[in-house]
Amino acid sequence: MGVLQSYWLRVQRKRWRVRALRKRRELKRVANRTGQIRPDDLLLFCTQRNEGIRLPYFLDYYRDMGIGHFFFVDNDSTDGSLDYLADQPDVSVWSTTASYKRARFGVDWLNWLARKYAHGHWALTVDPDEFLVYPFCDTRPLRALTDWLDASSIKSFSAMLLDMYPKGRLDEQPYQPGQNPIEIATWFDSGNYTISRNHLFTNLWIQGGPRARVFFPDLPEKAPALNKVPLVKWDKRYTYVSSTHMLLPRGLNQVYDEWGGEKASGVLLHAKFIDTFGTKAAEELERSQHYAGSVEYKAYADRLKDDPQLWCKWSERYINWRQLEILGLMSKGNWA
Amino acid sequence: MTVGIVMLVHTALGRAEQVARHWSAAGCPVVIHVDKGVPRRTYDAFVNAMADRKDVSFCARYRCEWGTWGIVAASQSASELLLASYPEIKHVYLASGSCLPLRPVQELIDYLDERPNTDFIESATTADVPWTVGGLDEERFTMHFPFSWKKRRYFFDKAVAVQRSLGLKRKMPHGIVPHMGSQWWCLSRRTLSAILQDPERPTYDRFFRHVWIPDESYFQTLSRLYSEKIESRSLTLSKFDFQGKPHIFYDDHLQLLRRSDCFVARKIWPYADRLYEAFLTDVAGAMKKTEPNPGKIDRIFSKAVERRTRGRSGLYMQSRFPNEDWENGVTAAPYSMFQGFTELFENFEPWLAKATGARVHGHLFATDGVHYADGQTAINGALSQSAKLRDYNGKAFLTNLIWNTRGERQCFQFGPADNQTINWRVAKDPNAQVSVITGAWAVPLFRSNLDFAKIRTIAAQLQKVESEHMDILRSPFSKARVRIWTMAEFIEAPMEPLQGILDEIGRTKLRRLSEAPKMVDLSGFGQFLQNLKNQGMHPYLMGDFPAERGVASNQKTQRKPYLVQ
Repeated sequence: MGVLQSYWLRVQRKRWRVRALRKRRELKRVANRTGQIRPDDLLLFCTQRNEGIRLPYFLDYYRDMGIGHFFFVDNDSTDGSLDYLADQPDVSVWSTTASYKRARFGVDWLNWLARKYAHGHWALTVDPDEFLVYPFCDTRPLRALTDWLDASSIKSFSAMLLDMYPKGRLDEQPYQPGQNPIEIATWFDSGNYTISRNHLFTNLWIQGGPRARVFFPDLPEKAPALNKVPLVKWDKRYTYVSSTHMLLPRGLNQVYDEWGGEKASGVLLHAKFIDTFGTKAAEELERSQHYAGSVEYKAYADRLKDDPQLWCKWSERYINWRQLEILGLMSKGNWA
Repeated sequence: MTVGIVMLVHTALGRAEQVARHWSAAGCPVVIHVDKGVPRRTYDAFVNAMADRKDVSFCARYRCEWGTWGIVAASQSASELLLASYPEIKHVYLASGSCLPLRPVQELIDYLDERPNTDFIESATTADVPWTVGGLDEERFTMHFPFSWKKRRYFFDKAVAVQRSLGLKRKMPHGIVPHMGSQWWCLSRRTLSAILQDPERPTYDRFFRHVWIPDESYFQTLSRLYSEKIESRSLTLSKFDFQGKPHIFYDDHLQLLRRSDCFVARKIWPYADRLYEAFLTDVAGAMKKTEPNPGKIDRIFSKAVERRTRGRSGLYMQSRFPNEDWENGVTAAPYSMFQGFTELFENFEPWLAKATGARVHGHLFATDGVHYADGQTAINGALSQSAKLRDYNGKAFLTNLIWNTRGERQCFQFGPADNQTINWRVAKDPNAQVSVITGAWAVPLFRSNLDFAKIRTIAAQLQKVESEHMDILRSPFSKARVRIWTMAEFIEAPMEPLQGILDEIGRTKLRRLSEAPKMVDLSGFGQFLQNLKNQGMHPYLMGDFPAERGVASNQKTQRKPYLVQ
């Protein structure tokens, strides 16, 4: 890497850090329980808006996994989810009415909180509809993974976004609070992902899945990115650059092996496509607060009007992480 | 007679306490060495917690940084204390705080009693060990290592480079032969005390103090001087990954560990409650014995190393994205690509499917969409038929298709009118079986109803593309199994090449071909080519088709169905 390029990336990183510092003023503290955090706690960071119905299961899922403390940024919810979060004993929550888009889709806010509270902790950054699955997650808690990563001097862990969907119309089965959304959105695409390398940030750019297949068959380059690095041994100098797709310093994006071997990786089960999606898409379209002029939501809205079906004959039904491992969507690497 | 335990501890003191109590309850005296890095208060609390066990004591503390002398110094001081305080000890077992006894301690005592003068220490000469990581084997002994590998990697590497270039070498004291092996040993009192009480020990210590990773060589080398009988293996089960770090055992390894034939396992994850519960019991509470099957453990861990270093061939995913030519297999399984066959034979695809049982697709890379077998609109892995999605990353489309259909042979048609982006990837893929009848693309043109001027333009274009493709297939970098015939060559004797292709696919249902695919009517083809020539376009890829003889006269006889023995 050239000196200039390296310097440029450094300037970038500083820029995002300064931006996070500036954006902290938009956050209003609602419940701060960070005093309870123990030095080796695993932390979770999340922004949410009107996801109240999803939160009970989300919190339980990650508590079971071993998350010690949750950080939420509530972006102007109107469904009472802010109060719900503020009542949870292991949650610290901030609220903001500022623009999600201008906080670079929440990244600035979370960068700030992570910088302030996550230094030296393993930090997991996910959305309320993303559920982490990692090798041996049915028998080993998340701490087993982070301990192993620590022992192996690995600082970041990749988990690709896997879009889950139900069989039939999206609005057929109504989701109930506390329910596992994967019970409804049980299906996924197992083998239609394409990868290219971003040479500047050294991350992989993964696209494909049902969204590319159904919403973007004619505009594949617009299909959303699925590569994610949600689990990082945080240092206050780090920043997420674009959602959790990539980080700086860019060494953290090197979550893949280039010489034929496999590094350990997980999957984020993305339970976005359930009955709540229709209203969500309409609302988000109106707010225009999402990436690239909400092109994604426009495509969804168009497509889902006539035929709200993502399922096809070759869809795969989700069983467990071992199935994902065999299909080659994630890997145990050398963790045995 | 009993065995004494030396325990080196640096973290998870709670677990270390549990294990130490287990040893001591079974009548084994324990000397614990706690790393100097552990804070004083934590250490004191630990010592106090163990105060009720008279046969558990603590030795002087050293700082044990990985790869340095501290670990040897700790083992020495603990062993001295142990041998001096407990004269009844016959063997000393070196263990760590994250070791867990897998079998009742009494079994270990009995086992060692039967072998009073045997030393269990893995010890091999440097030339014979393949497991050194980092490229330092003999140089571990002949160089100086003044810088920490963990904290000062840059200087560590520089120091090695400088010594290499200057040819600096240290001499072995008294001509000892360096041996290496697992750091976890079990030595007899006789051997251990001989090492510790050797009048030359200061000389050896001075030498090993500057050896790289002395804990894997100090006792391993010196025991060779005194031991009556060395059994070169460790009684501790310990598995290493590709970087030389020990693998960690978790609750889900319980059944696996029960099948080990080792007495002690390391390393155990401190939160593996089920393992500690299951193994730290008395004889009465111990689980029923299972037949030892250490091979199973070996397999699991060597597979993990294999996965990390070589990975699954043909898989491209978030944590495996090999650089070009470093794939360890471009695709997941053998497949066949046919060019010019459907043009020449009317029923080639159904015929091939019937003869081989493989899945036979049409032109997967056709510009108007993906032509899957049986007119499917998608295929395994929900791979779409959209040409745009496919062309967005043609190479990934191919590798995905082959990965998704592992276990079933894939065949597909290709041609110069198709998207050509995969040509290099296929040519460099040893899994590819490529069969080409060059110039056969002219047959559909010949049978078409287009304007001749248009035909001429298309033919010129297709010939150019196919010729470039053939250059790729014939390049010295090509690793595919390539067969190329000109069309003229092929129709002379089509059975032989077809039989050859089927034999190589290897799953022919019939031993010999009894039914050949039906060739299209080629009467007038020679004249067609001549017309192209007359228009100034030179069709050369199909080989020699004389215009006046044509193939019409031969064709009459050839159109009968073939019957070959």
